[in-house]
Amino acid sequence: MNLTLRVWRQKDSSSPGRMVAYEAGGVSPDMSFLEMLDTVNEALIRKGEDPIAFDHDCREGICGMCSLVINGQAHGPERNSTVCQLHMRHFKDGDTITIEPWRARAFPVVKDLVIDRSSFDRIMQKGGYVSVPTGSAPDGNCLLVPKGRSEAAMDAAACIGCGACVAACPNASATLFVAAKISHLALLPQGGPERERRAASMTRAMQEEGFGHCTHEAECEAACPKGIKLSNIARMNREFLRASLLSRE
Amino acid sequence: MSGTILPSSKLNAGIPSGPLEQKWDRHRFELKLVNPANKRKFEILVVGTGLAGSSAAAALAELGYNVKVFCIQDSPRRAHSIAAQGGINAAKNYPNDGDSVWRLFYDTIKGGDYRSREANVYRLAQVSAAIIDHCVALGVPFAREYGGTLANRSFGGAQVSRTFYARGQTGQQLLLGAYSALMRQVAEGRVRIFPRREMLELVVIDGCSRGIVCRNLVTGKLESYAGHAVLLATGGYGNVFYLSTNAAACNVTAAWRAHKKGAFFANPCFTQIHPTCIPVSGDYQSKLTLMSESLRNDGRVWVPKTKGDRRPPEQIPEGERDYFLERKYPSFGNLVPRDVASRNAKQAADEGRGVGATGLAVYLDFADAIKRVGKKTIQEKYGNLFEMYHHITDEDPYRSPMRIYPAVHYTMGGLWVDYDLMTNLPGLFCLGEANFSDHGANRLGASALMQGLADGFFIIPYTLGGYLASSPLGAADTVHPAFQEAESAARERIEKLVSVRGRRTPADFHRELGGLLWDRCGMSRNEAGLREALRRIPEIREEFWKNVMVPGSGDEFNQALERAGRVADYLEFSELLVRDALERKESCGGHFREESQTPENEALRDDANFCHVAAWEFTGVGESPVLHKEPLQFEAVHLSQRSYK
Repeated sequence: MNLTLRVWRQKDSSSPGRMVAYEAGGVSPDMSFLEMLDTVNEALIRKGEDPIAFDHDCREGICGMCSLVINGQAHGPERNSTVCQLHMRHFKDGDTITIEPWRARAFPVVKDLVIDRSSFDRIMQKGGYVSVPTGSAPDGNCLLVPKGRSEAAMDAAACIGCGACVAACPNASATLFVAAKISHLALLPQGGPERERRAASMTRAMQEEGFGHCTHEAECEAACPKGIKLSNIARMNREFLRASLLSRE
Repeated sequence: MSGTILPSSKLNAGIPSGPLEQKWDRHRFELKLVNPANKRKFEILVVGTGLAGSSAAAALAELGYNVKVFCIQDSPRRAHSIAAQGGINAAKNYPNDGDSVWRLFYDTIKGGDYRSREANVYRLAQVSAAIIDHCVALGVPFAREYGGTLANRSFGGAQVSRTFYARGQTGQQLLLGAYSALMRQVAEGRVRIFPRREMLELVVIDGCSRGIVCRNLVTGKLESYAGHAVLLATGGYGNVFYLSTNAAACNVTAAWRAHKKGAFFANPCFTQIHPTCIPVSGDYQSKLTLMSESLRNDGRVWVPKTKGDRRPPEQIPEGERDYFLERKYPSFGNLVPRDVASRNAKQAADEGRGVGATGLAVYLDFADAIKRVGKKTIQEKYGNLFEMYHHITDEDPYRSPMRIYPAVHYTMGGLWVDYDLMTNLPGLFCLGEANFSDHGANRLGASALMQGLADGFFIIPYTLGGYLASSPLGAADTVHPAFQEAESAARERIEKLVSVRGRRTPADFHRELGGLLWDRCGMSRNEAGLREALRRIPEIREEFWKNVMVPGSGDEFNQALERAGRVADYLEFSELLVRDALERKESCGGHFREESQTPENEALRDDANFCHVAAWEFTGVGESPVLHKEPLQFEAVHLSQRSYK
């Protein structure tokens, strides 16, 4: 296949960016989207030109590093898929494909399609953990967790922290990301002791980082490569309300 | 050719005396303690944030040390431990099926084909249970039984069910657990995170490891950091083969730079080829995707009985299929260790009985399992793996068998460390896959996660304290000339890379080197092939430095430069890997020398001549390295030829 790419190029965080067109020839339908970009970059490097910077690492859909908006959709047209798992068989010969970075105030562009997601780490530092010192844990089977509950916690814990939810949201809200972590730990007995504090401080951190509010557009759920459900947001809201009522701080 | 061979006087593994079961307890008592009030005066640098690095940094910060953590990705949570699928072993014996610390120890020693240290492996088995307890407490959503207890499954190379798992995403859940512990320490102010940094130099002052030089990958600036100890938890070097199951950023650079500063590299030829990966589909391919070995619990491996049988799998009747693992190894069947499963798949393909378009694949069939337990149960166990397979190949494994083929996955070799996980350079510690210590010549499934967390959570917090308490180290400062020298060396190399302006891309050289290694030093190796590789590698290296093209400069975000630097290191390191493979004339575990096999084509060890760790000392690029041998002494386990029949 032969394709035309329109790619966001931006030298660094302080320079303005623009769309630049590239031709991608000889694309095989079995290539992943990132492998297609690799071949474009190889050609640019051979000519001594600056290749297109993009984030990627595991290329098997689990590290959460890859982060492209393709034709206006975070992670592209396939549902439940990261860009690295998107294959060129979903495109047609002659297509023009627009490629942009995640766009959100809390995710500044580093270069081209690479963004800075350290705001997610800072939100996690505000309570996305169980405070248990190494060496102090009781036997694993001391805590019995009903299978269904454990599965529900796992569904929420599957979040890869890619930020597609933010990129897809008209308000650039990180609510689904935060809700997934709050849900994961609220569903398990281990998360119990810090439940209220966690819900209050992680939601506050999200606002302080400059993410928008949730207005129930549900774009996040549609874009999430790991199928994190909107119901996590309902649970987070309950947790937040609970924290507001019970908190003595 | 093989370098000078010296007696092992420079290697002291420091294994504690006394009975195997008491060594670790005794050693923990004998190690000096750092006064709690003094811990904050020590600055610890941790490079890498996979399971080993994150857990070490969190555990050390909990004790009160000041920790700086460096990672190559944009967040510590992205490290490649995240991609581990199948599970983590622990000698809990919850299923009451005969497991024990001793059995986990024995299985690991045997699975490693008797090329690992008894004392290290025994300790690993001893701390394994505490890892599960701690991870449960951290909120890792392990699979559960209906009664709420933790579930277990069996895994390759074991006859008991000792593997704990979180669907097919165990590595992700464990890493996020360790990451959460790390984030808590960042919030406490005891850890500082430095993301998008690549370590380019180790700084050694008065014989002790006292700091590192990193490149800030966003600005391109070189940065120096000083500390009282440096912990490398930088993973394995599987990407030297170009195609592997490793993430793109996995590389040998940190370990290789430490090696060039004097740290010995042990058993580099021990590389693991994983039997269940999605086969190669074209030249453009950038990586190979692993399908968890847990699939072999329910999937049956087969090829057609007749050569060149091109019928679709559904049309091949039962009687014309060869379930070769079940046929050759009736007691372990599809659960033989990885090296055995991989070699047998290669053999089937070599005989012309491989399947798929390239003939470089075998079937992994779930039809019987789905019939037996139902699609829903299979979906619960492996749902995400089946989905991943479907995404990549556009084929539905619930309906037709998966096609799989071996691929480079894990590297058992790594920096030589003693019982305390310290390299021969005082103050330089090495944890997780980056060290060589626990898996011998072949790692058992679900043991990498165990080792990473054992090293980080439960071993280094003790042994590092012992080092710090007994070494008179002054405060380290980056004004020391050794830091300036290291920065200049790093800068010079970057300048050199960007000034060649040749015609070939860094990836192109990487592909050429990887292809050569896979052919000559992959699943099976022989003297002529290894010598050929040793002749070719310096030629590729020479061309690289004359003809590589790296656009842009070192003072900016430059992914082509990052890649070029790593490829340059592979071009040096690969020579050592091949040399080690040539020197080790026996077959053992993942290292199969065609000259050394049994009449049934199984690996034939040579305990009389090779029952040792080969630790290599750097003497210069292109120069013969010096080989130091650490003899392996087996007191508790009787060396025998492995049999999984």
